[in-house]
Amino acid sequence: MSATVATPVLEVQSVTKTYPSEPPVEALRGVSFVVGEGELVAIVGPSGSGKTTLLHLMGTLDRPTTGSVRVTGLDVADMSDRELSALRATRIGFVFQQFFLAEHERALDNVADGLLYAGVALAERRDAAAAALTRVGLGHRGSARPTQLSGGERQRVAIARALVGRPAIVLADEPTGNLDSANSQAILSLLEELHDGGATIVVITHERAIADRLPRQVQVLDGRVVEDRSSAGGPPAGAAGPVRGAPAPPRGADGDRGDAVTG
Amino acid sequence: MTGKASPSAGALAPGDLWRVAVVGLRTRKLRAGLSALGIAIGVAAIVAVLGLSSSSEAGLLAEINRLGTNLLTVTNGESLFGQPAELPVAAPGMIGRIGPVTEVQYTGAVGNVNVYRSPLVPSIDTNALSVAASSLALPSDVGTSLASGRYLNPATATEPVAVLGAAAAQRLGIDRVFPGERIWLGNMWFYVTGILNPAPLTPEIDSSVLVGFPAAETYLGFDGHPSEIYVRAATSEVDAVDAVLGATANPEAPNQVNVSQPSSALVAEADAQAALNGLFLGLGGVALLVGAVGVANIMVISVLERRSEIGLRRALGATKSHIRTQFLAEAVLLSLLGGATGVVLGTVSTAVYASTKRWTIVVPPLAWGGGLGAALVIGAVAGLLPALRAARLSPTEALWSI
Repeated sequence: MSATVATPVLEVQSVTKTYPSEPPVEALRGVSFVVGEGELVAIVGPSGSGKTTLLHLMGTLDRPTTGSVRVTGLDVADMSDRELSALRATRIGFVFQQFFLAEHERALDNVADGLLYAGVALAERRDAAAAALTRVGLGHRGSARPTQLSGGERQRVAIARALVGRPAIVLADEPTGNLDSANSQAILSLLEELHDGGATIVVITHERAIADRLPRQVQVLDGRVVEDRSSAGGPPAGAAGPVRGAPAPPRGADGDRGDAVTG
Repeated sequence: MTGKASPSAGALAPGDLWRVAVVGLRTRKLRAGLSALGIAIGVAAIVAVLGLSSSSEAGLLAEINRLGTNLLTVTNGESLFGQPAELPVAAPGMIGRIGPVTEVQYTGAVGNVNVYRSPLVPSIDTNALSVAASSLALPSDVGTSLASGRYLNPATATEPVAVLGAAAAQRLGIDRVFPGERIWLGNMWFYVTGILNPAPLTPEIDSSVLVGFPAAETYLGFDGHPSEIYVRAATSEVDAVDAVLGATANPEAPNQVNVSQPSSALVAEADAQAALNGLFLGLGGVALLVGAVGVANIMVISVLERRSEIGLRRALGATKSHIRTQFLAEAVLLSLLGGATGVVLGTVSTAVYASTKRWTIVVPPLAWGGGLGAALVIGAVAGLLPALRAARLSPTEALWSI
């Protein structure tokens, strides 16, 4: 593994994934990259490029055919289904294109459910949920039902749910896919803000424009990483795999990452 | 972070399990209600059948207790040659001298005499009524009373005067007593002075027209032999009295005397009623089975429909066991909901019916406990397969195959 300065949160190493259909589908053909703590990374590629499969593997929802995936240093291959569930409960947050909010529950409880399986008591879950809602700018909407919220607000609730347990990494799957452009911009700004606050976020998208807005882009095509670059010009913080250029620059406090955001 | 111990997942707290178990019921109220209804009907049927039979049994036993279990009847049996035997005229007096006997009353069947509303009624329309001579305190002894009028007394017992049993009054079309009312009895008029209430312990009195012993002898050619002796004994000594009654009533031929305890026949009747319950319990069981199929059906559909919820929960960190428990708990909850509704419905219908019959309301613990238990088991069995399927669903399949 390459020398890294930031602590690696997610390490994907020589990962392949073959679906045993007839004929077998090779969704990933040797993917490697590292996401360091506090990074905001876009994984971009057209549909069929393997990025959804990559999301499954990063999110420990599926296991690679070969290669290894490590989340916060824990190798997925060594863990039972039960342990992986606990890993997801405590260290990985998901944001989905379809939001997946429970419509009969108010926003606060939807967010609190992010901690349901982490063994946290209800009162604490609600406290954390209120804090998370405030972080995404919806502190005043906690008692609203998802049906009373706009699409952008729903996605904010979903993001709050992903953040509520302060996971090591947040995986956002096409988070703006169901939103109009204004709301998409707002969600991206929110992700940037959260990133500035120290959160590690991976955004999976097929939209080049969205990817270009984020500090680092990992481009996937036909099951391979074809490009991994930082918009700031330097190489990615925790890059393994096809690294270009010099070793990663030291990362300071979270606050001084603002310059990395280039339109 | 590398080297941190693997995080471990525990079971949900009871409150959280409750919250996830009611998700399906809260979001699909109508459907949940309908499938719980199946269970409710089955449990209600079972609770109502058991409750009603217990209540009716309790009612009957209360009636028996009110009437007393210490009544013994002595009837004339048959002689060695199959002829009706006669009880000695002195039998009531002799029985009265048995220590624990508290009261002795008797009737004597008056043969070959029929009773009609009037002489114009064709003689064939006897209404299956019998005529009997009666001692003077019969009603209280057999546990009945007068519905109207008064009973025979030493004066009226010598005159052509009759008192009607409850069924006899009904068949003759007489429902109240007024002065000068008479019936055609043995080719002469008898005046009606009273009508009895039903006598559940001694139904033979209900269909009898009762006259005084002297009147029967005077006007109807009665020989004065009692045919039925109604004996009240101290309750604790009933068996002892029973043992000596035959020999006391007819010392010459104790084997020509029948002794019985009418209340034991009623108790047997109460037991016989319970035997009919099997059929209705079976019907309730079928309803429960149908309800179980309904619950299994809704759970299978629920799992199919809620793939994305299952996927989301897996992504949020739910283990297979969490998902399995959630759906199992939902099925059990649904079924218990139906079961509880059924217990309430069954109890209410028991209460309504029992109160119209003036029975004590009895819902045995077996009925409601069994109803709830059956619902619990049904929920667990019906929910097991869908819950296993839900848990087996891989998170990626659940989330991305919409």
